[in-house]
Amino acid sequence: MEIEQSYIDIYKEFAPTLKANSAEVMNRNRDEAFARFEALGFPTQKMENYRYTDVRSRFAVNYGMNLRQVSCPLSPSDLVKCNVPGISTHLFFVVNDTFLSCPSATLARDMEELMEKGVLWGSLKEHAEKYPELVARYYGKAADVENDGLVAFNAAFAQDGFFLYVPKNVVIEKPVQLINVMHANVDMMANSRNLIILEDGAQAKFLVCAHTMDQVNFLCNRVTEVFVGKGASYEQYKLEQTNYKMNNFGSLFVKQEADSHVIVNESTLHNGFTRNNIRVDLDGEHADTLLCGMAIADKEEHVDNTTFINHNVPNCQSRELYKYVADDSSVGVFAGRVLVKEGAQKTEAYQSCKNICLTKDAHIYSKPQLEIYADDVKCSHGATTGQMDDTALFYMRARGISEKEAKMLLMLAFMDDVIEKISVEALRSKIRLLVEKRFRGELSKCSGCEICKE
Amino acid sequence: MLEIKNLHANINGKEILKGINLTVRPGEVHAIMGPNGSGKSTLSSVLAGNPTFTVTEGEVNFYGKNLLELSPEDRSREGLFLSFQYPVEIPGVSMVNFMRTAVNEHRKYKGLDPMSASDFLKLMREKKELVELDNKLANRSVNEGFSGGEKKRNEIFQMAMLEPRLSILDETDSGLDIDALRIVASGVNKLKSKDNASIVITHYQRLLDYIVPDFVHVLYKGKIVKSAGRELALELEEKGYDWIKKELGE
Amino acid sequence: MSENIVDKVTQGDYKYGFVTDIETEIIPKGLNEDIVRLISQKKGEPEWLLEYRLKAYRHWCTLEMPKWAHLDIPEIDYQDIYYFAAPKSKPSPKSLDEVDPELLKTFDKLGIPLEEQKQLSGMAVDAVMDSVSVKTTYKENLAELGIIFCSFSEAVKDYPDLVKKYLGSAVSYADNFFAALNSAVFSDGSFVYIPKGVRCPMELSTYFRINAKNTGQFERTLIVADDDSYVSYLEGCTAPVRDESQLHAAIVELIAHDRAEIKYSTVQNWYPGDKDGKGGIYNFVTKRAICKGDSSKVSWTQVETGSAITWKYPSCVLQGDNSVGEFYSVAVTNNYQQADTGTKMIHLGKNTRSHIVSKGISAGHSQNSYRGLVKVSKNADGARNFSQCDSLLLGDKCGAHTFPYMDIKNDTAVVEHEATTSKINEDQIFYCNQRGISNEDAVGLIVNGYAKEVLNKLPMEFAVEAQKLLSVSLEGSVG
Repeated sequence: MEIEQSYIDIYKEFAPTLKANSAEVMNRNRDEAFARFEALGFPTQKMENYRYTDVRSRFAVNYGMNLRQVSCPLSPSDLVKCNVPGISTHLFFVVNDTFLSCPSATLARDMEELMEKGVLWGSLKEHAEKYPELVARYYGKAADVENDGLVAFNAAFAQDGFFLYVPKNVVIEKPVQLINVMHANVDMMANSRNLIILEDGAQAKFLVCAHTMDQVNFLCNRVTEVFVGKGASYEQYKLEQTNYKMNNFGSLFVKQEADSHVIVNESTLHNGFTRNNIRVDLDGEHADTLLCGMAIADKEEHVDNTTFINHNVPNCQSRELYKYVADDSSVGVFAGRVLVKEGAQKTEAYQSCKNICLTKDAHIYSKPQLEIYADDVKCSHGATTGQMDDTALFYMRARGISEKEAKMLLMLAFMDDVIEKISVEALRSKIRLLVEKRFRGELSKCSGCEICKE
Repeated sequence: MLEIKNLHANINGKEILKGINLTVRPGEVHAIMGPNGSGKSTLSSVLAGNPTFTVTEGEVNFYGKNLLELSPEDRSREGLFLSFQYPVEIPGVSMVNFMRTAVNEHRKYKGLDPMSASDFLKLMREKKELVELDNKLANRSVNEGFSGGEKKRNEIFQMAMLEPRLSILDETDSGLDIDALRIVASGVNKLKSKDNASIVITHYQRLLDYIVPDFVHVLYKGKIVKSAGRELALELEEKGYDWIKKELGE
Repeated sequence: MSENIVDKVTQGDYKYGFVTDIETEIIPKGLNEDIVRLISQKKGEPEWLLEYRLKAYRHWCTLEMPKWAHLDIPEIDYQDIYYFAAPKSKPSPKSLDEVDPELLKTFDKLGIPLEEQKQLSGMAVDAVMDSVSVKTTYKENLAELGIIFCSFSEAVKDYPDLVKKYLGSAVSYADNFFAALNSAVFSDGSFVYIPKGVRCPMELSTYFRINAKNTGQFERTLIVADDDSYVSYLEGCTAPVRDESQLHAAIVELIAHDRAEIKYSTVQNWYPGDKDGKGGIYNFVTKRAICKGDSSKVSWTQVETGSAITWKYPSCVLQGDNSVGEFYSVAVTNNYQQADTGTKMIHLGKNTRSHIVSKGISAGHSQNSYRGLVKVSKNADGARNFSQCDSLLLGDKCGAHTFPYMDIKNDTAVVEHEATTSKINEDQIFYCNQRGISNEDAVGLIVNGYAKEVLNKLPMEFAVEAQKLLSVSLEGSVG
């Protein structure tokens, strides 16, 4: 427990500081969450859900923590060029673990219009102070503090993050973009918390980019809770394109009510160490979920996507599609669990994981799992690990395409069905371009992530 | 343009081609016929450089170059085109992207600049009409979900795009109904010139009603056992392959 | 389809539930070093084997029962079990006349006549009751070919070098909790050795029967196929109906040398407990094959219909280049049965291939899980695996689960896994109905069709038996 002990000591010593720099709603269960972390510790590889990913040692670095929430000397104007070309977004920043507020910046007209309709967005801490009842109704209600040490740790240490509230039947057309920036001159850890609430019939698209500005060790342990009301529609795209010194832990908890639609698409193009936990609870009938993701890893990179879809009620549909290409001595992990509860009849669940291992030192672990307690269901999963199709390769060469180029095209094609599932056209073509650059080796690490840079 | 001398090839140690000799000059159409398993498709695969086959003996000269030393892509760039018996489906790779890459690689080989996107699309449109290829097919993934006829027309379309010096049509007629056959054959005929040549591999003489050969060769047990003019195809049609076997004293 | 059909189905009777009234020799309950010594002494074993048992026992003491399986296993009191029970009769009967007639009757009743003239030709049988070999048939005929087929105890006496060489080479005593337990207290089992270049002319078979009360059954099977040899081996099991659950923890080790082939088939029909989940056998078995030689091949086929709880993963370590491992399984669970079964294919050699076909059928309140691992090590160039795992659900109170693990560390490997879970197809049932076939028969037909790919892998006589067994186990379980 030595690794845990240093964090336990920090909490014990600085709990009052932590609380003083956060909101009361977020403090309510802070001590319990801490106690839970004390009992659980960080996950170990002895735990079935973490058998291929060593989380614990990642925390051994002596990271700085910004417990006093001292604001960073960054102005939004330094970062405002971060935008996906071809689409405009409603743009927000979290620097390390603090929401970057920009009182001077004037709000765009369309943002004002949305706020007049009741949309709330910005700092979670501020909103928790201003709307304690609203935030308290949702905060911590989806995240699994009980069983996951990473989540408990986040609940104990997170002080701020991003908040989005979309009232009934309000549609936000433009994607809401959150850029998580890591900026420090010493090794730094960030625990931030996002809370997203879509009331019945609301619609929103959320784009998250991870961004590193310095060449020090970073560790992010972010937890996002999403509540999707009846008939509401939510899409989330996450792009990781940072550097080898980045450790990114992301836990996403989604609760879906009847007739709601959710798409989550997470791409890892460059990141030292990634662990994404996604848990979706289908709590209302006729809801559907699509989870997809891709990972392109090389050198010593490690990418782990662990998903858990809970079919709690009948007539829901879930689909999963994950694709990995592992080069050099990188490691790719996919573990997907689909649980169909007793009585959840007419469930349809499809899961697919396809991998390409490019070298002998690259490792791919896949573990799709179906647990089914109802009989009238259609569930399937498939997982393959292999190489590129030789006949396709020959066919292309027979048309004069060089072997290297043909392989490139095949790898792009391999990833294409994940990219296809991005509904925002401009983002789709941008990601397609980034993937191609990544395969061509033209995309080196982030010094201002590509998608945001132009 | 093409000279094959004593070509031997095997797959997994099993010898399929046992000494093929064949010379093709510009402007000629050669038909290679033969019963199933005689090595017809192996010959086309070996000429295109399919790595599943191993050449053990013999030489192939293509416009003064040793064809067997070239990679499959260089053979293509030198102007050798194979219309596959079973065109391969490549999910996720669009026809446009696929063809543009191929055309530009050919141009690069010849020292030409890549084609502009608009020129390329114009060229695609032009050539598509030749084989009456549906516009929609061009936007789909390569051969994915194409019917048998569409796949074969797609092969001829690619042939038109790449303007080869030598085309090998491997059982292009298999799986085609009579209308599709006519479209494919007329596409081939339109592309014919005094500078290029074709090798038509077929089991039936039906296709040869449309694509008229100058020479007909019979391939049997890995060797060309009989060569003659067009009349040989008709004779085969009438008497069947048993006639050849008998003639060989089997 | 109506609920009462489900009820009817779930009442399919277990027809092997009788008890043989025979005098049994047992030793005191419980487990400690003295008991281990006593077992060894009763069997007149050499010192090295006792040492092996003691090592295993000491290791076992440091272990805890595994909890990772998708099983709800009631607390087992390992001190409340008899670790040795043997039908009292003369040691290793030389002829049938020396075998207790009660025993002969028992095996007759089970359809396993021990008189050679009564048997199906082409099958040699080793009959094991309460972990002790009763009689091995055709021994002499096989011996002429150099084939050794005898009880484990005899092998220890007659072929100590072979046993010493191979015992624990596929399943080490330290492998897992149940393997350690078995290695400490195993009482008997079968031993097979096929010499170089010999194709065993008949099916070898062991029939296991639990009879005594409150005893555990701990047998072990060791099959060694030397270069260029072939053997097909069958295993059948039954037990009487009792209210208390009984423990069965066996070990099977297979070793295949260069170009040797072993086919191992199991029809497991231990008492599954009654329809309320009372009683039944806890079947915790470790089975592993080492494809040691180049181009060797091992194929596991299992039809699992019995036992209250099944925990078993017949595996192949593909060590030799070009070696092949196969696993074909049908697992049926009904009432309150639980099964967590599957395989491990460990690819070590080059161009090794494995093929997995698993068909799970769940009915009643049962839980049926497939758990499998395909591992391709760094040097296993050209490894290929294909896995197909299907689950069929009959009724809405049962569960079907799939837990495949794929660990790939080689860039030339091709590993494919497919799994589907579905309900029995009502259109198919309707189609049968329309042709005048009853619901129950239709389910039997459909389930057998569903399992055909696996049943086809069984030797003829077994396949017929297994087909009947499938229908009986599921009688009336149409939901």
